[in-house]
Amino acid sequence: MQESYDVVVVGAGPGGSSTARSAAEHGAEVLLLEKRSEIGAPKRCGEGLSVRALAELGIEAHPRWCVNGIWGAKIVAPGGKSLEVRYPEQVGWVIERKMFDKHLALLAARAGAEVRARCEVVGVLKQGSRVTGVVVESGGERFEVEAKVVVAADGVESKVARWAGINSLHRLEDVDSAYQYEMVVELEDSDMLELYFGNSIAPRGYVWVFPKGEDVANVGIGIGGNVSQGTAKAYLDRWIANSRYRGGSVIEVNAGAVPVGAPLEKLVGDGIMLVGDAAHQVNAIHGGGVFEATFAGRIAGRVAAEAVRQGDASERFLSRYAEEWRSLRGEALARIYRLRRAVEKLSDDDLNYLAEVLEPEDVVAFANGERLGKLAKILMRKPHLILAAKELM
Amino acid sequence: MPRRVDRNACLSCGGCAGVCPSLAIRLEYGYRVVVDAGRCTDCGLCTVFCPAGAIQEA
Repeated sequence: MQESYDVVVVGAGPGGSSTARSAAEHGAEVLLLEKRSEIGAPKRCGEGLSVRALAELGIEAHPRWCVNGIWGAKIVAPGGKSLEVRYPEQVGWVIERKMFDKHLALLAARAGAEVRARCEVVGVLKQGSRVTGVVVESGGERFEVEAKVVVAADGVESKVARWAGINSLHRLEDVDSAYQYEMVVELEDSDMLELYFGNSIAPRGYVWVFPKGEDVANVGIGIGGNVSQGTAKAYLDRWIANSRYRGGSVIEVNAGAVPVGAPLEKLVGDGIMLVGDAAHQVNAIHGGGVFEATFAGRIAGRVAAEAVRQGDASERFLSRYAEEWRSLRGEALARIYRLRRAVEKLSDDDLNYLAEVLEPEDVVAFANGERLGKLAKILMRKPHLILAAKELM
Repeated sequence: MPRRVDRNACLSCGGCAGVCPSLAIRLEYGYRVVVDAGRCTDCGLCTVFCPAGAIQEA
């Protein structure tokens, strides 16, 4: 490891690796640091990713981490009514995050970035308000690494941005508590995702069953910790005990925090950029962050390399990243956040009513921030849902 | 008194560090949750958040 780099990226999740790769491809000298000893583990993810997302990211599906093809979804309302949609072609993958994350880190290394696992960033270097590097702890030693640009891609537990003076704290009302078992189970359809909604099942969230093969699936839950009567684990255990998956073998246990708020307003400062969960760049309705982080990272890496080339890592220059990202994803994510705010106002009776009047394709479109006008119109039919409808306008 | 971590229940997700307003929680090398007693204000947000019920009052 050198004493100084053009760009230091903190965190080798999809956002960090994507940033590192992009910055290296655009000519910057890049260091990518990961505090864990194994990139990608433990996973904090349901591992669903759409075919469209992969195509948009320009990442080729690889059998090492594309472990199961998905052709549709079953969405189950609290009363038991199931909306089922099966598409004529494969629409998604369930991936193996441990392999996927390593693959992205490998692509960053191949592009020329230096990747170091088990190197934890424990502080930032600053001159005034400008970030000039990081303090690293590795193998019991502490040392400084200088950088023209530091990228905070350090996930939901992000501290780099906060050390730098950017408030990236996750408020309890905007972060869900998640718990998950990877289980060996008997699946009805191993090529369909299952999603279960209900305020008693999963307040502010849902239960998911994402098949990873013929007889194995991620069975998980996300709930709003501040609007629930117990832990995510307790809710999930109760749901499983009353489901067809009761008694299934458990081959992995995961927990996680899912940002479900609006993306941060401030994505850059002097010498610093925020990417992925650290920037709250997540789909607030389904909680997926892999696509958003990877997408943002590509832009961030390119702008970081440009900043280095032009010798200007000021907040003003780095704002090019924030502006470009906002023009491509900002509006969609803001819409999806408003949808989340609307949905959390719905009772189980309301959800059952929606299950009667909606087409399953609508629900899929809603999750992508589309057709929300249709949802608003349906909500407006019920006087007590006008407040929820207003969230969508 | 700072919050106490039940290491048998903790799955190292790091959410507690994300919701801690005092920057008092470190996820050492991504695995071990350490609460800085000097910074912890005992606000309890980490306890409300924890998906595993692994952080409790001391």
